[in-house]
Amino acid sequence: MTQDLLKVDGLKAYYQMDYFGVTREVRAVDDITMTIRKNEVYGIAGESSSGKTSFIKVLAAAIRPPMRIVAGTVKYDFKNGPIDVATASEAQIEGIRWRHLSYIMQGSMSVLNPVRRIGKTFEDFAKRPLGLSGEAYRARILNHLERLKLPADVLRAYPHELSGGMRQRVTIGLATVCHPEFVIADEPTTALDVVVQKEVLGLIREIQQDMGSSVVFVTHDMSVHANMADRVGIIYAGRLVEEGPTRQMFFAPKHPYTAHLVASLPRIGDTTQRPALEGRPPSLANPPAGCRFHPRCPLAIDKCKTEVPPLETVGPDHRTACWRWRDVEPLVKPQAMQGVIA
Amino acid sequence: MSNLLEVSNVSKRFTMGGLFGRKTVDAVDDASLTLSAETPEIFTIIGESGSGKTTLARMILGLELPSSGEISFRGKTVSHRVGRQERLEFMANVQPVFQNPFEAFNPLKRIDRYLESTARRFLKLSQRDDLDGAMDGSLQKVGLSLAEVKGRYPHEMSGGQLQRAAIARALIPNPPLLVADEPVSMVDASLRMSIVNLLKSLRDDLGVSVIYITHDLATAYYISNRLIIMQRGRIVEMGDARTVLDNPEHPYSRLLKASVLSTEDAGDGKLATDPGMVTLAGELVGRPGRLVDRADGRMVRVYG
Ligand SMILES: Nc1ncnc2c1ncn2[C@@H]1O[C@H](COP(=O)(O)OP(=O)(O)OP(=O)(O)O)[C@@H](O)[C@H]1O
Ligand SMILES: Nc1ncnc2c1ncn2[C@@H]1O[C@H](COP(=O)(O)OP(=O)(O)OP(=O)(O)O)[C@@H](O)[C@H]1O
Ligand code: SF4
Ligand SMILES: [Mg+2]
Ligand SMILES: [Mg+2]
Repeated sequence: MTQDLLKVDGLKAYYQMDYFGVTREVRAVDDITMTIRKNEVYGIAGESSSGKTSFIKVLAAAIRPPMRIVAGTVKYDFKNGPIDVATASEAQIEGIRWRHLSYIMQGSMSVLNPVRRIGKTFEDFAKRPLGLSGEAYRARILNHLERLKLPADVLRAYPHELSGGMRQRVTIGLATVCHPEFVIADEPTTALDVVVQKEVLGLIREIQQDMGSSVVFVTHDMSVHANMADRVGIIYAGRLVEEGPTRQMFFAPKHPYTAHLVASLPRIGDTTQRPALEGRPPSLANPPAGCRFHPRCPLAIDKCKTEVPPLETVGPDHRTACWRWRDVEPLVKPQAMQGVIA
Repeated sequence: MSNLLEVSNVSKRFTMGGLFGRKTVDAVDDASLTLSAETPEIFTIIGESGSGKTTLARMILGLELPSSGEISFRGKTVSHRVGRQERLEFMANVQPVFQNPFEAFNPLKRIDRYLESTARRFLKLSQRDDLDGAMDGSLQKVGLSLAEVKGRYPHEMSGGQLQRAAIARALIPNPPLLVADEPVSMVDASLRMSIVNLLKSLRDDLGVSVIYITHDLATAYYISNRLIIMQRGRIVEMGDARTVLDNPEHPYSRLLKASVLSTEDAGDGKLATDPGMVTLAGELVGRPGRLVDRADGRMVRVYG
């Protein structure tokens, strides 16, 4: 039986800023409802500046002004009790951080404190939540490093003395050392070469399976989603526009934006010009009415300009927000099937 | 034929204290490459994390001095300390776009101020209208506008917006050479293609040469004329981009290509790499070998 670990309901989180007395509001997360199950890997993709980082910051309870939660709930069902991080106090959040909920930020390689040795950073993060000291603490850390294929010496190193790949494994180590139930990662492998990337992803998968935890990660690299995620969700202009089982999302997408996204990257050996999306990314301060994708959508009809399409169920675990989902043609086909169809 | 850029037998050694006692790292070891002044090209550097790509780029930008070897730009040596005026001239000609936009911008400085200081410094502009025109022109080239950027701080922009702003800044002095260190790693697939196409049109329409550093073999294949593949400080393969990527010869180049994740079997979670290939490539680390020419025009490092 699958059990939900996180339920997000009607979440709205806006940035509110004052410019010379005029209030400017960026609706970065605008009415998102979704659930994440125990023991699943959920990948989030979407346009640059569509609100992915903002959304997972809310999930990670890392909300800072000028961001403000305007509506909705973000309820976790952790082993130490349920919590709604949208309304929880600092103290309550302290009680779940690292042990139950951990967050690897975008650009996290630069987040490691440059003047602090790695060992000290581990102490800052893990000593209190683990509730261990002396030999027991040390053994636990060393054991974890070994699993990440990091030598014990890294504890004495400063971040700049490590290669990019090592630094990234260190941040993954920090985020997983307390065996959290829920791990959130923003672009965890973007800066790595493809050999190390594959190794690091394999590691995240392995740790996730060992601990039985849930992982939510954001990346622009669709091939990472293809190989890591159980389900994929697509965010466009602050909204979840489609989510479904990974294979469906790639080969039978039901939203025109998803169809575009999964088809937009060339493969090695391919030099055909890929069509870029027409038009400008929507403004989150003043988003288009109706379906937010309508100014750029090849399938748009009049209804799309005024009426917001609801996120409706179109298959097992598969939801999309498009009036014309029945007409969406996949732009790529699985290779195995290509021969059969042709 | 004259050269735009000539990198001759350049090495960089760093000394580090701390980690494993005092030791040295040969970040770049005996690298040579030449870009022609007549034919603009996109010259790509791919390779291992930590193989010296950024260090090589920083030396080309004059931000780091080589430990040995020489770098010249339009026939003038730049790899030693030069006067202020000469340096400014050189910097206007060779513009950087860095790897991590979050690090490239000072968090306390507004983005438009950052662009403005580049326009003042290199274009010697001072009138409000001229400055705004230069900034807006560059921003438009990358799909932004001055109106969108004005008054905003780096933390108020997404990763993708920030990276586009960084490219716009680099374009302000109309440089003949752009050094772009992973310029598309933080942007979405569609934008990635539009930035890559932008680099292409900078080459084809404006005659700008680009040194393009990336981990993305697919875009490297798509836009590069030539490329080098680096492993632990050394160039292990160099040649026509398509020739090399269609059929990589060096064991590390082969491992790289084999490790590219595919979307073809989406949902099946294939994350294993052939351990034999990893071992083969790993054994070559630290062995000097030598680069030899092949009949198809490429150079490959061979051993023994
Ligand atoms: N601290 C902030 N203050 C004001 N606006 C912000 C802030 N952080 C983000 N924004 C704005 O919110 C919107 C969403 O940004 P967010 O970083 O969530 O996008 P993203 O989907 O993660 O993009 P990317 O893929 O480029 O990282 C953008 O328009 C951005 O400019
Ligand atoms: N200032 C420095 N002091 C000491 N070592 C350094 C310094 N800068 C770089 N190095 C080392 O030099 C080597 C090459 O680093 P470089 O940043 O050039 O690699 P890279 O190929 O750009 O890697 P990535 O793909 O991760 O960006 C690494 O081992 C790195 O740790
Ligand atoms: S609702 Fe209309 S505009 Fe929106 S994605 Fe569907 S067809 Fe396009
Ligand atoms: Mg982001
Ligand atoms: Mg680098």
